[in-house]
Amino acid sequence: MPVQLPFNQTLIKVADQAYFLKSFFRNIFKKGFEWDEFFRQLYVIGYRSIGIVALTGFILGVVLTLQSIPSFKAFGAEGYIPGMVSVSVIREIGPVIIALICAGKIASSIGAELGSMSVTEQIDAMEVSGANPVQFLVVTRILACTIMIPLLTVFADGMALVGSYLANAASSGISLHLFFYKATNILDYGDLLPAFIKTIFFGFAIGFIGCFKGFSANGGTASVGTAANSAVVTASVWIIIIDAIIVQVGNSLLYS
Amino acid sequence: MATEKVIEIEGLKKSFGDKTVLNGMSLFVNKGENLVILGKSGTGKSVTIKCIAGLLTQDEGSLKVFGEEVKNMNEEQLKALRNRIGFLFQSAALYDSMTVRENLAFPLKRVAHLKDKEQIEALCIEVLEAVGLEDAIDKMPADLSGGMRKRMGLARTLILKPEIILYDEPTTGLDTITSREISKLILDMQERYQTSAVIITHDMSCAKITADKVMVMNEGKCVAEGNYEELENSSDQFIQSFFK
Ligand SMILES: Nc1ncnc2c1ncn2[C@@H]1O[C@H](COP(=O)(O)OP(=O)(O)OP(=O)(O)O)[C@@H](O)[C@H]1O
Ligand SMILES: [Mg+2]
Repeated sequence: MPVQLPFNQTLIKVADQAYFLKSFFRNIFKKGFEWDEFFRQLYVIGYRSIGIVALTGFILGVVLTLQSIPSFKAFGAEGYIPGMVSVSVIREIGPVIIALICAGKIASSIGAELGSMSVTEQIDAMEVSGANPVQFLVVTRILACTIMIPLLTVFADGMALVGSYLANAASSGISLHLFFYKATNILDYGDLLPAFIKTIFFGFAIGFIGCFKGFSANGGTASVGTAANSAVVTASVWIIIIDAIIVQVGNSLLYS
Repeated sequence: MATEKVIEIEGLKKSFGDKTVLNGMSLFVNKGENLVILGKSGTGKSVTIKCIAGLLTQDEGSLKVFGEEVKNMNEEQLKALRNRIGFLFQSAALYDSMTVRENLAFPLKRVAHLKDKEQIEALCIEVLEAVGLEDAIDKMPADLSGGMRKRMGLARTLILKPEIILYDEPTTGLDTITSREISKLILDMQERYQTSAVIITHDMSCAKITADKVMVMNEGKCVAEGNYEELENSSDQFIQSFFK
């Protein structure tokens, strides 16, 4: 048995992921798309995360506002707070924080669910019966994540603005109308579009890594925990990497 | 008319890492025949039938089902083959997130492509009655006892009326009465639909009822083969030990 070098193992892992990605794309357009399961996943993913996403967004807005008030006040620039909050939340903080939270919540639960199906031979059973487990389990979950994570992020951004407005109004008595005018006036497509596109990739990464780790679990119940755990870690790392790439690409497309 | 061999295995070898599990396993099953495999725990019985279903691929040797080498099949061919094979997992492998009804409907909708709700329902009830589980149709697998899960797994395997059925310990964990009923059900499937089967079991009464041919496995290969009476009266100590 040849000893496998760490580099070799990494290559094998990359090859496995590439193979998994290929089988996902091959199965998207196959006949017999699992609509029922797809809608069930949309619901499960959205419903499971909406509470925590709303809370996170809201607190994010409040905290960001309260933190900025003293320093903005020193320069007499409180009027810029709504714009500052909305740009920073919508462009960067919102998508990344929500994606990281969803990595913890959704990637782990997909990893654990599919992992336990894999170790209890349920995935083998589907395959042996002639059904298509990739189509039923993987395609539906990845697509549902790719759709729901952007929507959850938009919702969280909205909640952040609400939080920011309340914090602002409490300290300076700004009107709702004025706040939202200032917060939205400053945004242009260059802020919104890359941020939105980014969340689509985040959603894809979360679903993909969750499914991949779940399917790769083999070897007893302990590997279910490992699958869930490494789904969170890997998805989080991917989110950071995708963020960095998209900032670069976005900047060079928009501002050069 | 020459009997058709539906499964033909020659010199099968399979290792996991540096652990050799199958070491020159050979067997064949004729059409309409029940082959019972006996053997100690961990000798590779489950691995053998997983190879037959294409879930595992052998390292060496040939494995033909319906005359075609499974190893060389592409995805479509493998899928077509699997439509003709039923597999009862040792662990039952029920879909945890679905009710008993949904578990049964799953292959009916996706493999048999049935659309009619009433027809699906009728088939579910028919097969549940056969395994004595008609009351459990709305339960979740987690609410079933070990023996019920096993029978449920059997129901899901039988519902598509496959031509070859691979039973991995169909009666383990069942009481003697249910166990005999399941054995009779296996026999009934064979008689009614001319199914061929490989039955892995440690339950000698099941073996006695179902077997046309018995095979004893040890350390990854076949060490004895014959009908039930021949092996029961064998002079070999090791083979004798299974029949006591
Ligand atoms: N996927 C796998 N990866 C690594 N080793 C495996 C795998 N599947 C089986 N084995 C090993 O192969 C050997 C034979 O396993 P198998 O499940 O075929 O035994 P068995 O004859 O069915 O035993 P039992 O009667 O207990 O079910 C075992 O030692 C097991 O550890
Ligand atoms: Mg076994």
